[in-house]
Amino acid sequence: MADHVAPIDLLAFARAVSSGDVRVIDLTQTLAQEFPTIVLPPELGQCAPFRIEEVSRYDERGPAWYWNNISLGEHTGTHFDAPIHWISGKDLPENAVDTIDVRKFIAPACVIDCSKECAANPDFALTIPFVKQWEAHHGQIEPGSWVLLRTDWSKRSYPDYAGLRDDGAHTPGPEPAVVKWFVEARDVHGFGTETIGTDFGQGHHFNPPYPAHFYMHGKGRFGLQCLTNLDLLPPKGAIIIAAPLKIKQGSGSPLRVLALVAAAAK
Amino acid sequence: MTEPLVRPKRKNPLKRTRLPLSPQGTRSRTAHGLTAAAAEGRFALQTCLDCGAVVYPPRDACPSCLSARLPFRDVANGGTLLAETTVQTSTDPYFRERMPWRVGAVKLDAGPIVVAHLHGDVVESGRVRLEFKLDRSGSAVAIALPEKDTQNMADDPHLREMTCDPKFRRVLITDGRSVVGQAMAKTFSDAGAGIVFVGLANVWKPFPGLDTLRKIERVEIIPLDITDTESVTEQAEQNGARIDIVVNTAEHVRAGGIVGRHGMTIAREEMDIRYFGLLRLAQAFGPVLRSRGADGVNSATAFVNLLSVHALMNWPEFGSYSAAEAACLSAAQCMRAELRPGGVKVVNVMFGPLDTEWFQTVPPPKVTPAALANAVIRALKQGVEDVFVGDVAEDVRARLAVNPKALEREMAG
Repeated sequence: MADHVAPIDLLAFARAVSSGDVRVIDLTQTLAQEFPTIVLPPELGQCAPFRIEEVSRYDERGPAWYWNNISLGEHTGTHFDAPIHWISGKDLPENAVDTIDVRKFIAPACVIDCSKECAANPDFALTIPFVKQWEAHHGQIEPGSWVLLRTDWSKRSYPDYAGLRDDGAHTPGPEPAVVKWFVEARDVHGFGTETIGTDFGQGHHFNPPYPAHFYMHGKGRFGLQCLTNLDLLPPKGAIIIAAPLKIKQGSGSPLRVLALVAAAAK
Repeated sequence: MTEPLVRPKRKNPLKRTRLPLSPQGTRSRTAHGLTAAAAEGRFALQTCLDCGAVVYPPRDACPSCLSARLPFRDVANGGTLLAETTVQTSTDPYFRERMPWRVGAVKLDAGPIVVAHLHGDVVESGRVRLEFKLDRSGSAVAIALPEKDTQNMADDPHLREMTCDPKFRRVLITDGRSVVGQAMAKTFSDAGAGIVFVGLANVWKPFPGLDTLRKIERVEIIPLDITDTESVTEQAEQNGARIDIVVNTAEHVRAGGIVGRHGMTIAREEMDIRYFGLLRLAQAFGPVLRSRGADGVNSATAFVNLLSVHALMNWPEFGSYSAAEAACLSAAQCMRAELRPGGVKVVNVMFGPLDTEWFQTVPPPKVTPAALANAVIRALKQGVEDVFVGDVAEDVRARLAVNPKALEREMAG
């Protein structure tokens, strides 16, 4: 370490977490059996929902201990998408959850609030002009930032949350142009949402289909979905800790997502 | 005329629930020929291949010519009630609780005289139909029924002991999302079930038919996901003690073989929904069903498995599906042994391709969901435990009985 740079006082940081000067906000949904998972046409492979089987509970199967076996998909509950998840990112280096540089699991976040726009319109699509307007208030999105879309979707009942109708899901998400622009013009770290997926509910009709997956993962960026408590974050200044499980060649992983926010920031 | 059943009063929750008892159920190996017939609702007696004598009770040699060639054959079940008596007391605990009990001697047109239980509407010297029924021990007994149906005849207390009539009973349809589940709910409601609980998983996933389902009389929709142990356990804790018939309508039909399938995901879903789902239901609802086998007019009475007939012989076009169905059939055999002490029947209803979405490309004959539901009600009213519904199921059963190896080769196409 160069002697003219003062070392960062991590103990002071730990004290700040302990004292509440740095607030820790849980952005994670509880892993529970009834939480909706992504729905695909039934003839295709499906993501397994969360399931839990008791191994023992202080009983004849294990007298002094309680534990469970769990099963779930890589994309069940609050989860992280790695670039290898999508065909556009399949050949990138370090594209799976076990090979991604661990430094990338800690990054700042810009929180774009479109909860008002979504409240009456589940088909709200995020556009470049909308983001530019946000930047006019809060400053430009810095390179290496997560962009988190606050829709308050996590506060909805499960039927409204899934938004399933005869023609598929109706949930808010980004237009193709804004995702491409996030990656190319703003060099973002990844894109995160409260909804079941990072993409617009009707995103299969876009060109390309599922642009948040296509562009983000195609350029080695990440996804977070099924987030909650985004309404507790400031537009800028939160640090996201999102470390997926180290699954061999994993395409994603359920995880605990935490945000660190300076107490004064909100 | 039989006194019609009245809707049972609400149970006093402070009263002891009497434990179920069984009549004596030991039979010789030969006599289980009658059990096999009763299980399917057939009337079969031993028929001598050498002298043509029709024989009862079951024997190992023909009483007329001493031939050992005495297969069970379906015979006419008409006869005349020669004499009757009413038993007023018994040393058998099961019958002691049910005294008085009428029995009589029936002279069959086919030859033998059979001592049988008597339906309340049969009269001495009158014509009767003799049927073999599985009693609460699971063994065949003969009961004489009036020659022609009489009013409310199913409500006869002797007969109702041997059947699983849904009238006034409370049924659980485990999955109302499928068209089969919806047809089953409607048919049970029409058959006079007291409450039709209909399980629904993933209520956030809409499906056609929900509104119609809600409108069916006496339907109560409850959250139930048979792939989720906790959900099944919770439902059993909440409603288990007031469910008398369980009908497992959870299905998972996908084409594809064993070698040709790509990966394990679908196979796991098949086993999870069908086999493990059945195990979850059996563990959660089985013990309480078994303990309530003698709980009055609406006692626990049946667990109904809907099974593909290809549980008996694999259909390679739906090969992995067939294998999961076979696992369920095996589990059902075990459940029979475990639920029999409560007098609860495990009814296996087997069918070929259904007229539903996942058999879209399969040509007829197919079984409609309504026909399947009607067959279930018929089976419960009759008290049988092995049911074959439709041409394909009947055909598979017949070919299997003749030459299983030939059937195996033929199923391969």
